[in-house]
Amino acid sequence: MAAERPAATITACPDGPLLVRGDVDVVTASGELVPRRRRTVALCRCGFSAIKPFCDGSHKAAGFRTRDGE
Amino acid sequence: MPRAHRARTPHSRGRAYGQVRIQAPGRTRSVSVKTPRSRGPVSSELLAVLADAPQPVDGQLHRLDEAAVESLRTTSDVLRDDDLQVTLFCLNALHYDGLDGVDDGWEWHTGLGAVRGRIESAFELALRERVVTPARPASLSANAVAAALFELAAADKSPGLSRYVASKATEQQLAEFLIQRSVYQLREADPHTWAIPRLNARAKAALVEIQSDEYGAGRPERMHSTLFAETMRGLGLDDSYGGYVDQVPAITLASVNMMTLFGLHRRLRGSIVGHLAAFEITSSVPNRFYGNGFRRLGHGGLTEYFDEHVEADAVHEQIAARDLAGGLVEAEPGLIDDVLFGAAAGLTMDGWVTEHVLAAWTAGRSSLTTATTVAA
Repeated sequence: MAAERPAATITACPDGPLLVRGDVDVVTASGELVPRRRRTVALCRCGFSAIKPFCDGSHKAAGFRTRDGE
Repeated sequence: MPRAHRARTPHSRGRAYGQVRIQAPGRTRSVSVKTPRSRGPVSSELLAVLADAPQPVDGQLHRLDEAAVESLRTTSDVLRDDDLQVTLFCLNALHYDGLDGVDDGWEWHTGLGAVRGRIESAFELALRERVVTPARPASLSANAVAAALFELAAADKSPGLSRYVASKATEQQLAEFLIQRSVYQLREADPHTWAIPRLNARAKAALVEIQSDEYGAGRPERMHSTLFAETMRGLGLDDSYGGYVDQVPAITLASVNMMTLFGLHRRLRGSIVGHLAAFEITSSVPNRFYGNGFRRLGHGGLTEYFDEHVEADAVHEQIAARDLAGGLVEAEPGLIDDVLFGAAAGLTMDGWVTEHVLAAWTAGRSSLTTATTVAA
């Protein structure tokens, strides 16, 4: 076991968002805190979300592919 | 060991111990569910049985069992049989919050368990006959299982209730939509919670992570069931659980009974997990449309429930597909077919409910039931 656990992890979901767990502030480009309403959040990386920076599932209809393992 | 004849305990809600009688509706305010009306001979016999304190298996219970056997023999479709589905709903309710005026001691009664088992067996058989379970993915890694579940949901061609609500639904239809959904959504997440002690490691942690969010992560006002109740009140509807059970059709009761079937049987833990994954995968985008329907009709202040699900279920679908379903299959590869069956059953059942509702609405009718009440 690792002696220290990271304070936060980011999981890159295949064909989907980045799942963020742990003690992380999400801020806008001007440094304002983006209110976080749940412990684990999903950040958009396909660009199609209507609630950016969070994911709204739009990557599925958009056919977003991350090409993991290719 | 069954505790069939145990007296009410100090933890029981409602009345004092001792003799139990059905009370007039509304006389006792408890958290338990308003007892549904009977819809035929089996539910009539059941309500007659439940009116008394738990008894040894006697003539009345035999009559209930015989009515169930006869009904299962003659029904044309157990999934759409009002009498059998409301009977199963009542029997299942004993395992959740209980029924108003019904002794809690009935929950594990062996006689009732036998009746429930008969109906559930026929119900499960009908589901297995009609739900098309997809082929297993080539790999059973968590990522491959997740990909298979996302693919299954994407291939689902059920008509979209959410798009109808977004663009066409009337005020009355919005209310009907909430009523149809309320039988599950006022208890949102509960059937899947039964699975927590049946899972381990990655799958268990994933389910708890999702359910914690469903239950408000320590803030009762953020519980999804609470948000749904607020939406109902906003449209002037009764938000008490079971308030509209008498008005929903058999197929809506079947959709909830199916979740309880999967959730209450450890044997079917793969299916309740698959069901949750499919539910989450098909939730974010439709909830945006539902919210749009409410905004279109001037109810922009009532969309918190839907807005919450757009964001939450985009998180949950990733955890449910990969860590929960994928994690379970990595730990127990033999459950892959159950996971896929549960997911396909969830999508198929949702399609059946939607077909019922849209058929009524497009014909200018109500989707709610006018099932005749049979005197108990």
